[in-house]
Parts: sequence; structure tokens; C-alpha cells
Amino acid sequence: MSDKIMAYRRENGRVGVRNHVIILPVDDISNAACEAVANNVKGTMALPHAYGRLQFGEDLDLHFRTMIGTGANPNVAAVVVIGIEPGWTKKIADGIRETGKPVAEFSIEQKGDFETIRAASWAAKEYVHWATELQREECAMNELWISTKCGESDTTTGLGSCPTVGNMYDKLIPQGITGFFGETSEITGAEHICKERAVNEEVGERWYKMWEAYQNDVIFAHQTDDLSDSQPTKGNIEGGLTTIEEKALGNLEKIGRECRYIDILEPAEAPQSGKGLYFMDSSSAAAECVTLMAAGGAVIHTFPTGQGNVVGNPIVPVIKITANPRTVRTMGEHVDVDVTGILTREKTIDEAGDDLIEMIRRTANGRNTAAEALGHREFSMTKLYRSA
Amino acid sequence: MSNIPQLLVHDHEDNVGVVVVEDLKAGTDMLCVVTHDNSTFNLKAEDDVPIGHKVALKDINEGDTAIKYGEDIGKFVASVKKGHHVHTHNLKTKRW
Repeated sequence: MSDKIMAYRRENGRVGVRNHVIILPVDDISNAACEAVANNVKGTMALPHAYGRLQFGEDLDLHFRTMIGTGANPNVAAVVVIGIEPGWTKKIADGIRETGKPVAEFSIEQKGDFETIRAASWAAKEYVHWATELQREECAMNELWISTKCGESDTTTGLGSCPTVGNMYDKLIPQGITGFFGETSEITGAEHICKERAVNEEVGERWYKMWEAYQNDVIFAHQTDDLSDSQPTKGNIEGGLTTIEEKALGNLEKIGRECRYIDILEPAEAPQSGKGLYFMDSSSAAAECVTLMAAGGAVIHTFPTGQGNVVGNPIVPVIKITANPRTVRTMGEHVDVDVTGILTREKTIDEAGDDLIEMIRRTANGRNTAAEALGHREFSMTKLYRSA
Repeated sequence: MSNIPQLLVHDHEDNVGVVVVEDLKAGTDMLCVVTHDNSTFNLKAEDDVPIGHKVALKDINEGDTAIKYGEDIGKFVASVKKGHHVHTHNLKTKRW
């Protein structure tokens, strides 16, 4: 298997596998202008979202981190930022500019939508001409940052698709890729195992404190019932998962047998401790989690599913893996890697891991994933509490 | 295809296994594989069980702990006989 890929080397040295020109709204009321620009200029993509006004404190920090991280992602060639006013617009544009990539910023007040859209469309058009002349070049596969999060899990994910991702990480993390896993609420029931998978006791203790704080400050502070319809979800239960403990043990199969996580990331935070596997404190909701990991810098996402989650992401290709033959039969258009052979004992986890690595290589080289082909571009910001 | 299993079990300590074929009918003599070491055994299904759902590997009493992956996955809230369906009607989380 080749350890080389053809990808985009960005100004800061990072390797991207897509070449998007994005039109990024600072806030919800700038979505319309961004969508108008994206409509004017083919080859660009607006990323509308619901937030960005009157947020404060940690929640505002997360908003900025997600916006800046999304623009800074190596799958993005250039960015047009549009906000209602210049202050926060500049803050986000400047944050993305630190990567060295082209960024243009526009604010709407004292101009209106028409003038903003006119000026931003000119900038977007220049970026499209520039980006479409960029060439893929030979890069090492171990320069990829690869995230994982599973969805619509069932018992087949713990038997097949999650161990397939785990096998991939066991093979590629030692070769030098950077990996992400997370889903804080979904470790409940396997926290004793997750704590032990830290690189050392200090990191394990920090991880445990983070998990415990989430349990106390979010789950126990807000629960109105026993969460048995939310975690596991209705879809999980339909698929045969009965308890959160069972779901968590299957979920944790995604980090394989050997991997140790080296640090813990805040939501949307980029790794700072070098190559290796990271735990990102994140929701278990698919679109939110993938959005946070993309903002943290992941360029490919591996997504095990049981009952058939259809999620995608606007800037990161999401590779779907399933071991459930009913899902392959009824929702085959969403499946990139079919590992049903694990259940029939015709394929080993080791072989399935190699299949996934091959699909990662092909995806890095340009193969569109099922989610990309089907237009799944879920961009879901995480909000920590009510705005002011 | 008689060598394709109907039931997979993660570990030898487990008291539940997972149905991995569609349309499993009561009365089926299931080929069961323990994925940890690929050892096999046979078990008669006593219920129609959907793909992905669990089956008790032995007689279980109310209050017993369900074991899967060799780990605690919750408590039985009703007794279950060997070969019968295990799900939300007889198994609950210990967490919330």
C-alpha cells in the first residue's frame, strides 16, 4: 500500500485533501449575504449557521474558535468572511489569516446587503480563479489529521465498524498521523477503560475530571428523566443497544487495542502537543461533533454507523463504514466501506482496517465520499448556554 | 452457508450475545462465535429476535448484571431464560 497521497500543501505546511473557497458568516444575520455571494460565484460554498450574536464568555470563545478553525482548516483554500459589524468580523478574519491563506472580510452595517454582496462577490471570484489553479502535490499519508465519531450506532458497530476504525488508528497513529476521538457523554459506562488508555496517569486524571465535570454540570444539572430515550437514542435502541454502558463500550472500540491518547482538547481546539491521538471534549450528536473536529483541524473523518446515519460536513469528507447488512441493503448509497464480512466471519478486523486505510488514501486523493456525492453538508455549531 | 453464524459473543465471560442475521426465528439452532478467540457453540433461539438485538446465553435472574465485552452493561430488571430476547423490557442502565 502506498504511503503517498496527492494533496494540497497549504501556506502553513499543513496538508489538505479538498480545495474549498468558503463564504463564512460571522453571525446568523449574515447568512443571507453569504448565500447570495455563493450563488453569484460558482465554486464557492456558504456555511450558514444559527449563532454569533450576543454570545459571551466561554460560549463566545467557542464560537470564535469554531469559526476560525473552520476557515483555517487545510481543506479550505481561501475564505470570504462576512459579518454584520467590523469588530468580530476582523477578529475571525485575522484568526484565519495566521495560517497565511487568503482571507477577505466584509461587514454589512453602513453598506447594506447589496453593496456587501457586490464587493464580496468580486473577492470570491478572484479566490476561485486562484484556488482552481492550485495543484495537488505528493504528500506523505502520515501528514493527515483524521477524526472519528460514530452515529446511529447499534450492536454491529461495536462488533464491526468501530473496531475497523480502531485497527486503522492502531496502524496509522504509530506512523505519525494525528487522530481525534471524543463524544464525552458516550464514554459513560466505559470511563474506567478510557481513563486507562491515556498516555500517562496525569493525562488520565485530567481526562477523568473533564468527564466527571460533564456528568455533573451538564447531565445531572439538566436531566428531567433518566435519559434512556436520549442516550442511547431511539435509533440505537431500535438497533439493539439497550444501555449507555453497552453503547460506550462499543464506541470505545474506535481507539483500537494499542493507541494511547496524549492530550485532551477543548471543543474545536487544535492539537498543540505534536502527533498522536487526542480526546476532544465534544457532544455525541453527529453534526456537532464532526463540525468541532473539523474546526480542530481534521481533514478526513471516519464515521462508523450501524442503523445508518447520513451526516456529512461541508469542508471535511466523511467516510461511512458499516457492518450491518440491513443498512447496506436499505441505505447502500450512504456506505463507503462495507465491513459486513466481519459479522459473517469472512473478513477479519485486520483486513477491514486495511480496507478503511485504502478508502482514506483514495478519499485523500480526491474520491468523493457518499456524503459528498449526496450533498450532505451539515454545519452545526455547539452552543454552551443562552446568549445575553 | 451453514458456517455463517447467527450469533456473535464478544468474550467468554459474557451472558448475552448479538444476533447478526435478519429474520431470526424462534426455534433456530444458532451457530454462535466468540469473537475473542473464534471458538464456537450452539444455542437454540427461543424468540424471534431482530438483527442487532441480544439473546441470553444462560438463565438469568432479576437483579443480575448483564456482561458484554467482559464488562458490566447494566442490570436485569426481570428474569430471562436462556435463548430469549434481552432488551429494554428486561435490562436497564445502572447510570441514569
